[in-house]
Amino acid sequence: MPTPFSTGIRTEEMVLNIGPQHPSTHGVFRLVVKIDGETIKEAVPVMGYLHRGTEKLAENLTYTQIIPYTDRIDYLSSMTNNYVLCHAVETLMGLSIPEKAEFLRVIVMEMNRIASHLVWWGTYLLDIGAIGPFLYAFRDRETIINLFNELSGARLTYNYMRIGGVKWDAPPGWIEKAKEFVQYLKSELPNYHVLVSGNEIFQSRITGIGTYSRQDALDHSLSGVMLRCTGENWDIRKNEPYSIYDRFEFDVPVATEGDCLSRYHLRLQEIEQSIRILEQALDQFPEEGEVMGKVPKVIRPPVGEVYVRIEAPRGELGVYIASQGKDKPWRFKLRRPSFVNLQILPKLLEGVNMSNMVAILGSIDIVVGEVDA
Amino acid sequence: MSEEKRKPTPEEKAAAAAVARAKAKAAKEAREAQANAAESDTGEPNGEGRADAPQAEPPIEKRKPTPEEKAAAAAAAMAKAKAAKEAREAANGTTSDADPDAKAKAAAAAKAKAAAAAAAKAKAAREANAGETSDAGMDEDAKAKAAAAAKAKAAAAAKAKAAAAIKSNTGASSVEPTAEEAPPSKNQPYLDRYVQILTERFGKESIEDSYINRLSKEVPTLLIKNEHWHGIAQFLKEEPALQFDYLSNLHGVDYEDRMEVYYHFYSYEHHHSLAVKVKTTRENASVSSVTDIWAGADWNERETFDLLGIDFPGHPNLVRIMMPDEWIGHPLRKDYEPFDEGV
Repeated sequence: MPTPFSTGIRTEEMVLNIGPQHPSTHGVFRLVVKIDGETIKEAVPVMGYLHRGTEKLAENLTYTQIIPYTDRIDYLSSMTNNYVLCHAVETLMGLSIPEKAEFLRVIVMEMNRIASHLVWWGTYLLDIGAIGPFLYAFRDRETIINLFNELSGARLTYNYMRIGGVKWDAPPGWIEKAKEFVQYLKSELPNYHVLVSGNEIFQSRITGIGTYSRQDALDHSLSGVMLRCTGENWDIRKNEPYSIYDRFEFDVPVATEGDCLSRYHLRLQEIEQSIRILEQALDQFPEEGEVMGKVPKVIRPPVGEVYVRIEAPRGELGVYIASQGKDKPWRFKLRRPSFVNLQILPKLLEGVNMSNMVAILGSIDIVVGEVDA
Repeated sequence: MSEEKRKPTPEEKAAAAAVARAKAKAAKEAREAQANAAESDTGEPNGEGRADAPQAEPPIEKRKPTPEEKAAAAAAAMAKAKAAKEAREAANGTTSDADPDAKAKAAAAAKAKAAAAAAAKAKAAREANAGETSDAGMDEDAKAKAAAAAKAKAAAAAKAKAAAAIKSNTGASSVEPTAEEAPPSKNQPYLDRYVQILTERFGKESIEDSYINRLSKEVPTLLIKNEHWHGIAQFLKEEPALQFDYLSNLHGVDYEDRMEVYYHFYSYEHHHSLAVKVKTTRENASVSSVTDIWAGADWNERETFDLLGIDFPGHPNLVRIMMPDEWIGHPLRKDYEPFDEGV
């Protein structure tokens, strides 16, 4: 982007360090930018400040013991992380999951997706200068957190799923409370749009920035909303259904602009679709039945390797396990969507105005725990 | 096995433990075979008794068996053998709806046997349920057997059951592989096509191995020769019939005798997937970089270099990404020892 004023004033490049302790990076993420005036020439992301070596730790843990570690990877959507590990082991062992457990899994995953998108919505607007929306987003997210608290005993790190099912059945009245919340959120969501989406200043702030093409997205292995905003109609829940997602009707929101505004709209539309899934799942929820399938006491998958991927709120979340037939994985690898999606950041920041940096970084929706693993 | 007829001695306990171990092993084999087989084999209706992990006890129980326990053990063993037989029959070809049947029968058998003691009944039912497909049941049973071995009579009965269980399990495992090979994978045509296209262009020796990974949602998997990899990678993306335009995952694995880099590709054009593995040595671990083909490989290769020490010639900026720059060693290597200046 050319500098708006050609005044003939001589500028020179300087290096500016942002982070790792900076509110707009949502964690300990560091960005070293080379700027000329206010134009970014080059941006170099630096990470690893939150690297906890989960993959190494997992090699010395039994499969069930890894589950709490997955909670802490993407701590805004622990349920999907729990699920992807269980799903990988279950695929490897060919286990079948009781229907009731599948329903509970889908319900908590979709609620977690909503909670995660709400956090993104609030903090993203906070990033670009709107304080109020944050409060509304966290107010509604709190209800979800309380429901999870009631279900699993934790507010963020749920450790809820197990290989073969889920740990806890829904307590009496929980399903009704969840139904109530879904109806409440359904009526509340239009207010979000009234508050922010229709705001002309907001729209012109993020329209047309952070734009990339579908080809760029595929080249950089982007997934989730980051891919769908470029016109690719792809959602693993729909295209490679796992769990019982094939039983529910929902649409995959797709946009073609590939800019920050389209990603904003897609995330809000995904909340609507999650509400649709939740309505169906809560209505069809089987009252009777087990929440744990028949699993061996000691989980020892056969020798071999497995790679599964699911649609997490941030994109394609994958788990690879190489098993040697022991009760611990030989190699455990997480394909973290935040980490992979962030790769396109240097390209997006090249040549843009410094003030857009935060708006573009925020639209990628990273969780640093997931970037650094 | 006949020496178990004597009074309980330490040797007998050891023998019982050995039997239990052998049985657990057989059960494991059977389970692995089942895991390899089509999913429908394990697909059972819900409502099965769950195997409660927290209840795990040491496999050999040292406490004295009470009459109730003896009865329980006998009943359990009986019910389990029956269940195992049913399970074998189910595995032999009948569909999963045989399982509830088997369960019911096993439960009934257990009930009849242990009608005297209510506690024994409960235990038998639990074991009968658990014993059908999982080796948890086998563990339970092994336990029960160890207890039973303390008393000669109970031991004899349990032994017979153990033999039956082993037989039925090995029977199951010998049947399942053939059943598994019978239907070719739905992805077999894809694999054949990939192999055909690649061999036409790069010759037979470029592909070391090709198979359907049945454990991983039947993904076609190719093992590519290291020296051919970059050319093939380019081809995988550009060949119109393949067009793997999306690199889903890239990482390395240390197998102690070799290193492997694992790629998972997807084609948004044709909607098919492919897993590729490239082998390299541990000492001079090196695999051609594919960052010039898929830009998304950039950080993944850096991470693999950082944590496993695999070199990616052709990568524009192969530096550490997770660990600090001055870090010594590659933590995900199996022989990694943290370097400590103070030591």
